[in-house]
Amino acid sequence: MGHSRLIEIGVGLFVAAGMAALFMLAMQVSNLSNSISGDTYAITAAFENIGGLKVRSPVTVSGVRVGRVDAIDYDSRAFEAVVTLSIDSRYNSFPEDTSASIFTSGLLGEQYIALEPGGSETNLAEGDRLQLTQSALVIEQLVGQFLYNQAGKQQE
Amino acid sequence: MILDPLQQLGRKGLAYFGRLGRGHLFLMQTLAAVPGLVLRPGLVIRQLHSVGVLTLLIILVSGLFVGMVLGLQGYNTLVDFGAEESLGVVVALSLVRELGPVVAALLFAGRAGSALTAEIGLMKATEQLSGMEMMAVDPIRRVVAPRFVAGFISMPLLAAIFSIVGVYGGYFVGVGLLGVDDGAFWSQMQAKVDLNDDVYNGVIKSFVFGFVAVWIAVFEGYDTVPTSEGVSRATTRTVVHTALAVLGLDFVLTALMFGD
Repeated sequence: MGHSRLIEIGVGLFVAAGMAALFMLAMQVSNLSNSISGDTYAITAAFENIGGLKVRSPVTVSGVRVGRVDAIDYDSRAFEAVVTLSIDSRYNSFPEDTSASIFTSGLLGEQYIALEPGGSETNLAEGDRLQLTQSALVIEQLVGQFLYNQAGKQQE
Repeated sequence: MILDPLQQLGRKGLAYFGRLGRGHLFLMQTLAAVPGLVLRPGLVIRQLHSVGVLTLLIILVSGLFVGMVLGLQGYNTLVDFGAEESLGVVVALSLVRELGPVVAALLFAGRAGSALTAEIGLMKATEQLSGMEMMAVDPIRRVVAPRFVAGFISMPLLAAIFSIVGVYGGYFVGVGLLGVDDGAFWSQMQAKVDLNDDVYNGVIKSFVFGFVAVWIAVFEGYDTVPTSEGVSRATTRTVVHTALAVLGLDFVLTALMFGD
């Protein structure tokens, strides 16, 4: 009797340890604790160039994460990339003339969308489109412009 | 006489396909016997002990060392780019996505799978299985199904334990010995490791590997040639086939999950 009781306790501890490990993987290792859950609302923004933006990239305001990129499409009539952002519905008071820019975190980090609230009285609602957008900086273009300017200076 | 090798080949091929078919029919029978175990949980618990609890030590030790090696190697590579703060990401992603499920499955095959095969094979060789049939006890229901369920439950738990111990091994080497920033280690990890994409897919992998590993183990045991040589061959085959199946499946699953 004592032996089988030991086995039961051992198995119980094993299963508990396994569950605890899964729980820790979810809570401590992954992004569950700072992920957006629950209700969101969607707004769209059109960019000329989104650079390396990806689905699920973060959307921030003043550096605080308020949502994520839900979808990226290409509008073949306006020749623009249309990005759908899903914003946590806790943050539902952005002015209508909020602007969106694509920034890079660090020198080689991932790209994200930063929102900058404007001054309008009316707030953004589900399905609205941001009018003011700023494309991603493409490093090759920057380097190209820089070289072009330098060449121009030398000729003068 | 010229046709002899051809005949040999045909015989081998037929034997191979026969085994493949038997393996799948055996799986069906086993799965059909699984619901009946609800009435006899004691059988499963005893197997969970020998399959899961006794495998725990090797999983803990190897997980720790694999994590420590990852920490050391990752640090040496990353420090050249001044990116040693990403060490947490490197360690956690490698463990959760690949090394946790795969290495745990290989260790599982070596420690638990071979034991299952040898045990069932020896039962067959000593005619205990036929004895059960004589007493109208279905050996699949009494012997095979509990081991199958125990293996299927243990594998994901073992893989998760392996991963988390490995992460702490990497933490110990990276933060404790090499001086990576404590906060950056965890925060970068939490920012880059995704619950759905990485953790859940890793758990799905470990379920698949557990299923395959324990299926191969019990089938090899049940299908063994009932001699001492047959049992030893079956045990070897369990380890080799499980390793091949796990590594091959890992590629397929990785391509499906992460190859976007």
